[in-house]
Amino acid sequence: MQHTNRERVLWSLGILVVLLYALIPVIWITSVSLKAPAEVADRKFFSGFDFTNYDAIFSDNTFLAALINSIGIASIATAISIVLAAMAAYATSRLDFTGKALILSGALAVAMFPPISIVGSLFDMWRSVGLYDTWPGLIIPYMTFTLPLAIYTLSAFFREIPWELEQAAQVDGATPFQAFRKIIVPLAAPGVFTAAILVFIFAWNDFIFAITLTSTDNARTVPAALAFFTGASQFEQPIGAICAASVVVTVPIIIMVLIFQRRIVAGLTAGAVKG
Amino acid sequence: MEAATTRAPTVTPPKRKVTDRARAERKLAWLLCAPAVIAMLVVTGYPIAYAIYLSLQKYDLRFPDDKEFVGLGNYGDVLTSSTWWTDVLNTVIITVISVSLELVLGMLIVLVMHRAIFGRGPVRAAILIPYGIVTVVAAFAWKYAFDPTSGFVQGLPLISDIAQPLNTREGSFLVIILAEVWKTTPFMALLLLAGLALVPDELHEAAKVDGASTMQRFFRITIPLMRPAILVALLFRTLDAFRIFDNIYIIQPGGALNTESVSILGYNVTINRVNVGLGSAVSILIFICVILIAVFFVKALGTSTAQQRGET
Repeated sequence: MQHTNRERVLWSLGILVVLLYALIPVIWITSVSLKAPAEVADRKFFSGFDFTNYDAIFSDNTFLAALINSIGIASIATAISIVLAAMAAYATSRLDFTGKALILSGALAVAMFPPISIVGSLFDMWRSVGLYDTWPGLIIPYMTFTLPLAIYTLSAFFREIPWELEQAAQVDGATPFQAFRKIIVPLAAPGVFTAAILVFIFAWNDFIFAITLTSTDNARTVPAALAFFTGASQFEQPIGAICAASVVVTVPIIIMVLIFQRRIVAGLTAGAVKG
Repeated sequence: MEAATTRAPTVTPPKRKVTDRARAERKLAWLLCAPAVIAMLVVTGYPIAYAIYLSLQKYDLRFPDDKEFVGLGNYGDVLTSSTWWTDVLNTVIITVISVSLELVLGMLIVLVMHRAIFGRGPVRAAILIPYGIVTVVAAFAWKYAFDPTSGFVQGLPLISDIAQPLNTREGSFLVIILAEVWKTTPFMALLLLAGLALVPDELHEAAKVDGASTMQRFFRITIPLMRPAILVALLFRTLDAFRIFDNIYIIQPGGALNTESVSILGYNVTINRVNVGLGSAVSILIFICVILIAVFFVKALGTSTAQQRGET
């Protein structure tokens, strides 16, 4: 197809606008995080590289504890959610049984469920059973609220797997376990991996459960810790430190998103179209 | 020999054999689904039932001994308070404006991507960045961009003369909506992209041959065929925007300057003022709003797919 120069220029402008739109806030917090305390108010996009803010947050036990909590809680919630969802997705995509529609619509209902409606009850329940301000206290809601996303994404992927290959391998003399491990696992792995990324992003992002169900460094995750960051005085937010902490929790996710962009797009759209 | 023995009883037993297998399959299916189903029921069903129970009690954690059944009293208190109605209005304003903007922006991004001459990869990568960023971080980024003393926005020519947006209610809404739209337009775009992929190119070619303009083709072909996808995207985003919490909490802490949303109200009453009974009533009312929104969109979706089936 031939394109006129005008089309090329317009398209380049379009790309530029989209890139600026997506990147401006990211560039801004990065630039603020690299400012020396005296430069914070200079309103400039670039005022040099100063790592005072990074030194400050990495010597701050509250932030380090929050970082460990975030990584641990999000990873465990992801692992459990994916295992449970994979079992359910296998059943809904491969097996024929009554109640399948009920399970799928139930999952859809959970996907639409407003977390604020249960934080009060969970707050009360967790305090009486001793789950308040603990890792399991957050892992349980994260795991549950990501199940619908994981089930829908995984069943969309599982439907595409040529399951006959498993029987073919068994006919060729493979044991059922070998057939599963050598044929099905490699075929299912990309889908499982995609679902895991989406679930991890969800758990990593959560704020409302994190601030209602925790109160100390015990289980407080980064988003909640950021909201409670205080500077020299209690009423002044340490802008530079918050920006540095923000960059620390953002960079790994951006790298992951950029590396696996195709899969993420496929996963989000597959789950949505079927849903 | 063996062929004969297996073939002989084919007339009757296979039926029983099939049902046996079907039964085994059903059992396996339920076993596989059970953990997920139980988790979803226990973590959403039970707490919502408990929230209904709590909403009927006078239950303030500061005076735990005063717990008593008050029937629908809490609901009466909430529904007759002006705060609740202001917050509903705030939430609706934020939801309607952000979802509309997202739909338009998302559609533009999708059309640009669809007709990409080059650079489709960078655009896709760029729109995924807001999706991956933690909402709290995005809220901080926008808040600090508009910060009166250090934000770059106030340093821009022309804008510097305008009042500080974060010092006024309207201005705060603007920043909150901006942060919300920035963060969630990619999700909208991806859902729309999936819908656009279902529109056959031949229809466009045929309409082109018949002399339809680009605009006509967009409104008469693309939009009607994408209707189910648009409705699904609107459903998810409307429900999500209606629950808005993180952005407001960060940009105007606690819903200052009268920017409170219903979720912020629920949080303030339940967690800050530890009035669990009253807070639970707010929670249940939000739950009912969410159900109403979902039912509205599911009905719209039902009629739109029925129409499409009738037409084709």
